[in-house]
Amino acid sequence: MNKYVELKNHQREIFYFRLRLAISIIFALALLGILLVRLVYLQAVRHDYYQTLAESNRISIVPIVPNRGLILDRNGVVLAHNYSGYTLEINSGKTADVEATINELSTLVSITPKDRKRFKKLLTERRNSETLMIRNRLTDEEVARFAAQQYRFPGVEIKARLFRDYPFSEKTAHLIGYIGRINQTDVDQLEESEMAANYRGSDYIGKTGLEQSYENELHGTTGVEQVEVDSGGRAVRMLSRTPPASGNTLVLSIDAKLQEIAEQSFGNYRGALVAIDPNNGEVLAFVSKPGYDPSLFVDGIDPQSWDELNNSPDVPLNNRALRGQYPPGSTIKPFMALAGLFYNTRSPGRTISDPGYFNLAGSSHQYRDWKKGGHGSVDMFKSIVISCDTYYYGLATELGIDNIYSFLSRFGFGKKTGLDLEGETSGLLPSQEWKMKRYKEKWYAGDTVSVGIGQGYNLVTPMQLAFATATLANNGIGYKPHLVREVRSARNNENRLIEAKLEFDMQIDPAHLDLVKRAMAAVTQPGGTAAQAAAGAPYHIAGKTGTAQVIAMKQGEKYDASKIDERHRDHAWFIAFAPAEQPRIALVVLAENGGHGGGTAAPIARKVLDYYLLGKVPKPLADVADSEDDQHD
Amino acid sequence: MTKRQFWQRIMVHLDQPLLLGIGLLMLTSLLTLYSAGDGSWSRVLGQSANIVVALACMWAVANLPLHYLMRTAVPIYLLGMALLVGVALFGEISHGARRWLNIGVATIQPSELMKIGVPLMMAWYFEKHEATLTLKNYFIAALLLLMPIALIARQPDLGTALLISASGFYVLFLAGLSWRVMGVMFVAALASAPVLWSMLHDYQRHRILMLFDPSQDALGKGYHTIQGMIAVGSGGILGKGYLNGTQTHLDFLPERTTDFIFAVYSEEFGLLGNLILLGLYLFVIGRGFIITANASTYFTRLMAGSITLTFATYAFVNMGMVSGILPVVGVPLPLISYGGTSMLTLLLGFGMLMSIETHKNLVKT
Repeated sequence: MNKYVELKNHQREIFYFRLRLAISIIFALALLGILLVRLVYLQAVRHDYYQTLAESNRISIVPIVPNRGLILDRNGVVLAHNYSGYTLEINSGKTADVEATINELSTLVSITPKDRKRFKKLLTERRNSETLMIRNRLTDEEVARFAAQQYRFPGVEIKARLFRDYPFSEKTAHLIGYIGRINQTDVDQLEESEMAANYRGSDYIGKTGLEQSYENELHGTTGVEQVEVDSGGRAVRMLSRTPPASGNTLVLSIDAKLQEIAEQSFGNYRGALVAIDPNNGEVLAFVSKPGYDPSLFVDGIDPQSWDELNNSPDVPLNNRALRGQYPPGSTIKPFMALAGLFYNTRSPGRTISDPGYFNLAGSSHQYRDWKKGGHGSVDMFKSIVISCDTYYYGLATELGIDNIYSFLSRFGFGKKTGLDLEGETSGLLPSQEWKMKRYKEKWYAGDTVSVGIGQGYNLVTPMQLAFATATLANNGIGYKPHLVREVRSARNNENRLIEAKLEFDMQIDPAHLDLVKRAMAAVTQPGGTAAQAAAGAPYHIAGKTGTAQVIAMKQGEKYDASKIDERHRDHAWFIAFAPAEQPRIALVVLAENGGHGGGTAAPIARKVLDYYLLGKVPKPLADVADSEDDQHD
Repeated sequence: MTKRQFWQRIMVHLDQPLLLGIGLLMLTSLLTLYSAGDGSWSRVLGQSANIVVALACMWAVANLPLHYLMRTAVPIYLLGMALLVGVALFGEISHGARRWLNIGVATIQPSELMKIGVPLMMAWYFEKHEATLTLKNYFIAALLLLMPIALIARQPDLGTALLISASGFYVLFLAGLSWRVMGVMFVAALASAPVLWSMLHDYQRHRILMLFDPSQDALGKGYHTIQGMIAVGSGGILGKGYLNGTQTHLDFLPERTTDFIFAVYSEEFGLLGNLILLGLYLFVIGRGFIITANASTYFTRLMAGSITLTFATYAFVNMGMVSGILPVVGVPLPLISYGGTSMLTLLLGFGMLMSIETHKNLVKT
């Protein structure tokens, strides 16, 4: 403002300051004045009103629980929804002898020992003096019978509630997860994240799967009713009401029919299957077998069912697709081949002579090929087609563990894929540093040899291998895998599309890709390890079989499946993408103790590909599948 | 040295009218806490300890000559900034906000330090450039204010950020920022509001809207406001009597020893009690303004004015919040609410006021 610097006139400054001070005093007086007016208003003018509220106590704040959002597949097939039903509930605070009351009730409605056990469990876990459910899903007849006798049971009431239902039950259990009653841990977490207010009145919260990871979308906003209540706690009149807002609907990229076919194609095998659209990272099928019935958990599982699930040798509660860690076996070979090309360790034309084993210079230890006597002369193309072990023992040794580590980690091995489900494990991509940390031991040349055929320290999850396969199919361009495609808001019909998120572009040399992809396509042609499973397919499948050893063989010992306990048999792998020229789907099949990948895992993959690419429904399923027309032609 | 001389030595730098006002408010605090704690002594004893510690600190500050006081401005401000940056980088998250810093022995909340640090720094800056104040200086002072505010708002702790903004603004105002610039700032703030609004997340907007309409959040903070208004309103003219507040003793009032203690007081002592309370606050504020008017230097005038106005603002915001005319932000009722940190911060401020009053003649020569 002042163009020239002016020395201050002290008197004038004091005058201006006093002026400002006077304004400040008026301001402070105004603040106190406003308060005074407000207090006179509340305490003198409106005193009677507040007096009444305080005396009759007063206002009861009743939360209105929102409807939980639905979960749909990509075609709108319902995977999780709510239905209303009746429950019989006991207020243990108002019931003198709970045991006797239950006995009385059992003459009117059927109450199984399981119901009783669950009720006891709820009784020990209850948070406050809420009412506890003894029976759910009452039939109309049971409701009528109890209603007529209700006067005999003070403290027992019938309530209409919404139940969560999972139509595909165990087929989507590891994907959708389940909701369960809110426990103390959940309460602590909600309070920590300042969400507790929105859960007033809510009994359920997502515990696993998508129900857990999208809890914030699915739950919705709790509404509230302010009611004036009399001294007996009965509502006299409603003062105000804010309606609840339903939770958002999740639309998945999963194709329910594909999921169903994949699940059933496993037959009696345990295992996992993950199918991804390589062009955008959308997960099309996500199977972990065996599953379990998620509805058991919704109202608290009874101890007997829990023991059965928890102690089963099949570990049905383990999400194999997301958390299972297995040696990748020969499925690692296409990635190893790319590494060999990238570091210029082996040119495509270079052939090795395979005597059926490999040994390191200066050592007599034999690393055996799966084929006794060897494959003769093998180049890179052939090494993938026939899955030659000797070739990769040598390649790995020449590459060295540092190069292997750095190249494979770019494909996402040893890292979580970041799928939108909680609890993912990260597998294991070994390195010198890792071994020193884990075993306090240096890395030996012998360690590298077996890494070359996916049989050393390395472990992958089916999810990870699926992501790497999809990335390979998409020429080294990786899209973040995700299960949810769209979030639909029930409130304002706003739809939020989850867009494909580019994770990385590895910039792989097209010539390298071409070689490996052609070799993988030849795997499913006559002479390849998965020729039988792909026979007669009107499209080309690029694939790679794999076998993951469960127990180590001694030197010179021969693997004989018939002599080994079934649970110690090898795991069968198959990775694939199709059509080989322009991939629309990439998938991974793991069949636990399935033996050879080509024999067990590849046929499962074939059924899934046939449905996705041709709309062909496998025979045993044909009667289950409905006539709804398919988009996959 | 006789007993009398010793006593004089203790009291020489304490401003007696101010001490009287503060003491009466503290007595009110202990009285109300006894009731709010349902007749338990634990809160009363805890608050007594807070008061003793804070009074000792106030005495120390009051005895500090003004030039020492000025010298602390830069170190305190820099320390506060360093701690705020530390919080942003390594702070502990509690209740969804990153406000606390673990320094090994204890966790601290650096924004509390800045309640004193910011106005102190700004007043120091103006004093340094007193002779040649131009618009540029106001701009730099505003920057000194905005840096910590941005860090605190990011935590997010909007309530504290706004209150520190207020105390910083008071310094700018008292330093003579021209009306025209203030007008421009006001218009700019209004104009930028829609832009800032569009940058917020949905849940943040929701939270802000909730501040202004508590009934939207009747299950959470809105419940506090509703119960607080019932407590105040049902107190009536004469109050329900000490220890007889039904809202308080039937557990309807949340946070009744801290942010909502005014509701306890109002319910039991009524409008009459509130008149006395407002009178006490007016007395302290008035004394603060007198000290401001008599202050001898530019620095002390700005500092005294800002401390006094800030004190008035805190009292207004808390009572306004409890009586339902302001959104619920976590601001304690000054000198009354339970809490060691806020008591200490306030009394450090009063210590400065006393130092300003009792050392003025030493500078005036």
